[in-house]
Amino acid sequence: MNNVVGQKSGLTWAVHISMAVLVALWLFPTLGLFVSSFRTADQIATSGWWSALSTQERQAPAIRVSGDEVEVEGRFVIEGRLFAVTDAAVSAWGTSSVRPKEYAPGDVADLDDGVTLSVAEDGAYVLSSPETTQGTRLPRIFATAATPPEFTLENYRAILFEPSNTDGMSKAFFNTLTVTIPATIIPIVVAAFAAYALAWMDFPGRALLIAAIVGLLVVPLQLALIPLLKLHNEIGIGKGYLGTWLAHTGFGLPLAIYLLRNYMVGLPRDIIECAKVDGASDFQIFTRIILPLSFPALASFAIFQFLWTWNDLLVSLVFLIDSSGETTVMTKQIVELLGTRGGNWEILATAAFISIAVPLLVFFAMQKYLVRGLLAGSVK
Amino acid sequence: MSPALQGLITIVIGVGGCVAYFYFSNLFLDKVLYPASGPNAGRNINRANMIRPWLFLAPALIALSVYLAYPVVETLRLSLTQRVPGGGYVWVGFDNYAKMSGEPKFWEALRNNMLWLIVVPALSTAFGLLAAQLSDRIRWGNLAKSLIFMPMAISFVGAAVIWKLVYDTRPADQEQIGIMNAVWLAFEGGPLSVLFLKIVPVLGLLGFAFAVGLMAWVLIRPLVRPSGAAAGLVPLRILGAAVAVWLIWVALRAAFGLIGADLPYGVPQTWLTIPFWNSFFLMIVLVWIQTGFAMVILSAALRGVPEDTIEAAIVDGANPFQIFFKIKVPQIMGTIVVVWTTITIVVLKVFDIVFAMSNGQWETQVLANYMYDKLFRANDWGVGSAAAMVIMLLVTPILIWNVYNARKEMR
Repeated sequence: MNNVVGQKSGLTWAVHISMAVLVALWLFPTLGLFVSSFRTADQIATSGWWSALSTQERQAPAIRVSGDEVEVEGRFVIEGRLFAVTDAAVSAWGTSSVRPKEYAPGDVADLDDGVTLSVAEDGAYVLSSPETTQGTRLPRIFATAATPPEFTLENYRAILFEPSNTDGMSKAFFNTLTVTIPATIIPIVVAAFAAYALAWMDFPGRALLIAAIVGLLVVPLQLALIPLLKLHNEIGIGKGYLGTWLAHTGFGLPLAIYLLRNYMVGLPRDIIECAKVDGASDFQIFTRIILPLSFPALASFAIFQFLWTWNDLLVSLVFLIDSSGETTVMTKQIVELLGTRGGNWEILATAAFISIAVPLLVFFAMQKYLVRGLLAGSVK
Repeated sequence: MSPALQGLITIVIGVGGCVAYFYFSNLFLDKVLYPASGPNAGRNINRANMIRPWLFLAPALIALSVYLAYPVVETLRLSLTQRVPGGGYVWVGFDNYAKMSGEPKFWEALRNNMLWLIVVPALSTAFGLLAAQLSDRIRWGNLAKSLIFMPMAISFVGAAVIWKLVYDTRPADQEQIGIMNAVWLAFEGGPLSVLFLKIVPVLGLLGFAFAVGLMAWVLIRPLVRPSGAAAGLVPLRILGAAVAVWLIWVALRAAFGLIGADLPYGVPQTWLTIPFWNSFFLMIVLVWIQTGFAMVILSAALRGVPEDTIEAAIVDGANPFQIFFKIKVPQIMGTIVVVWTTITIVVLKVFDIVFAMSNGQWETQVLANYMYDKLFRANDWGVGSAAAMVIMLLVTPILIWNVYNARKEMR
């Protein structure tokens, strides 16, 4: 559209490629976490997540030959398999950790005292000995094998459905939900009435109030922590859900009032005046006309507040979580896991992905409203 | 009582209580206090209409004053007092601030916050502008936008885990599982490594220093060469210039450090423990989250640029870059400022990322985390409140600017 004739093709390609690079950069980190949450601890520890989708060639841990001994034509034979899966492909093997790639698949290795060992490509091995090997130490096999991609749901089962697991997220999940839902709904109701008054009622000091709310939009909630904690302790709420809901309500109100007021101001004046002429009271106008018409703005704010309360760490740390740890939320649980399970990526990745799955669902389902809210919410 | 049930009851009481309050207070006003009938009907209606807005506003105003306005005043008071053992407070004036300014950790936090304040909004806005401009011109632009926007939905803590995996380090003899180290180990010290790890970053740093220098000159010029035009806000200009000089010094020092540095090729790095640079690795996380926000707003603004200005530029033979930088960007400057200030506020409050990833160790401290440390680990409410006041002080110019603009718009 904006191109000079004749320059189009080259530049269009450049645009496509740069956009693809940008999207890939932005997607890669999340993708890594997502893929990792479906891999076993062993896989995560030995290879990068980016190689999870391709067949991997790696050296398996040493496996000691074992199995029932059978006597065949004067020789004692043990047959067995290296891997449980059948589609693994052995590319090299050996019997000592110094030379783990000494033999190719199918080779027959001569060990001492006439003992022979062979490993086939599919991982089947045959140990043959002139005398019985019972009671002796059997050789170990170091195999380098290509294993196909393998994914598991085990991590999710362990984290979500195992009640005894102290790293589990199910309790934290429900606690987060308990914090989030009231903290999303209550400010909407309170803010909607206030926004209506600020948008459609005339009274002295209205402009000043709107300015004050714009100012409060940016007050850092860090300032509120200690005074409010003190207040909660003095009036007997202490640490708990009630205080958290109240705090989230207070912190969410400026944005709620600001968004809703801006939207309500834009509603057509005629409708409201007609209703007034017909004898409707302010309360009726608000509940029957304004509220249904403001649905898009209400939805925008609801999404904001939901994401914000779901993702919050600081408010929960200060107002909710006590020393008993019964009321931990997911963000806190993850921070805890980062400290105690820093290297166990199968636990961390799964826990983190569980906590971000719900916001991502909400995000993709209601993106339209989120964008609309963002556009209305940034102070112009 | 199970918390879920408690939550349900709270919703019912909260929502029902609010609705009931609004309904019955209106009813009381109209039927009992000033009934719209009888001899004084007209006067009563007027009186009722004077009171009604306050009925609608009351719950919100109470919540706002208790949860936002009062804490500002109370924190200011706490920052000037000292808790005495056994309860009570004594007035200590500015002692807390003096104590705080004597701590190297505070200056480290302030220095890091300054870097965050400049790097994160700048990069987020730049990437957002790039993504907005590019995605508007391709068919799969909407999909691309949603994917770049997606990190907005991810919590700071979730993002911290995601990026910790990126920065993960394994011993040299094991395979790296963090992508950053995997890429790093691909460089072996040849000419390509020198190009990507020395020449490109050094050029970037020099370019940054140059841009900051230009901005400083724009700020200072009216003071050096008074051209008759009003050179207002002298202290702000000098402060801005001082920050700029400091930034140039930081950038140049980093650039020369990089040129002289003997990069440890082939050795896996623990990225989050490298002083100075580790702050940047944390900033990347926030840039990653905030770019989507910048992109969405700027994309809407770019679409609002009048078509005829662009057509006129094409007719005059402007190339796409000229159209972008000379026609589009100047017209959306207002929106860019809005995006910049909004991200600035997010940066000032940044806490979760640092708390979860490094907890302020290895010289990555920021003000919000410093404050949390003081309040809840050291239990020093005086100094903690003083740190909170510093954050408030940094927010204040933006607060005033927003209020000023909102009032201008309403007129």
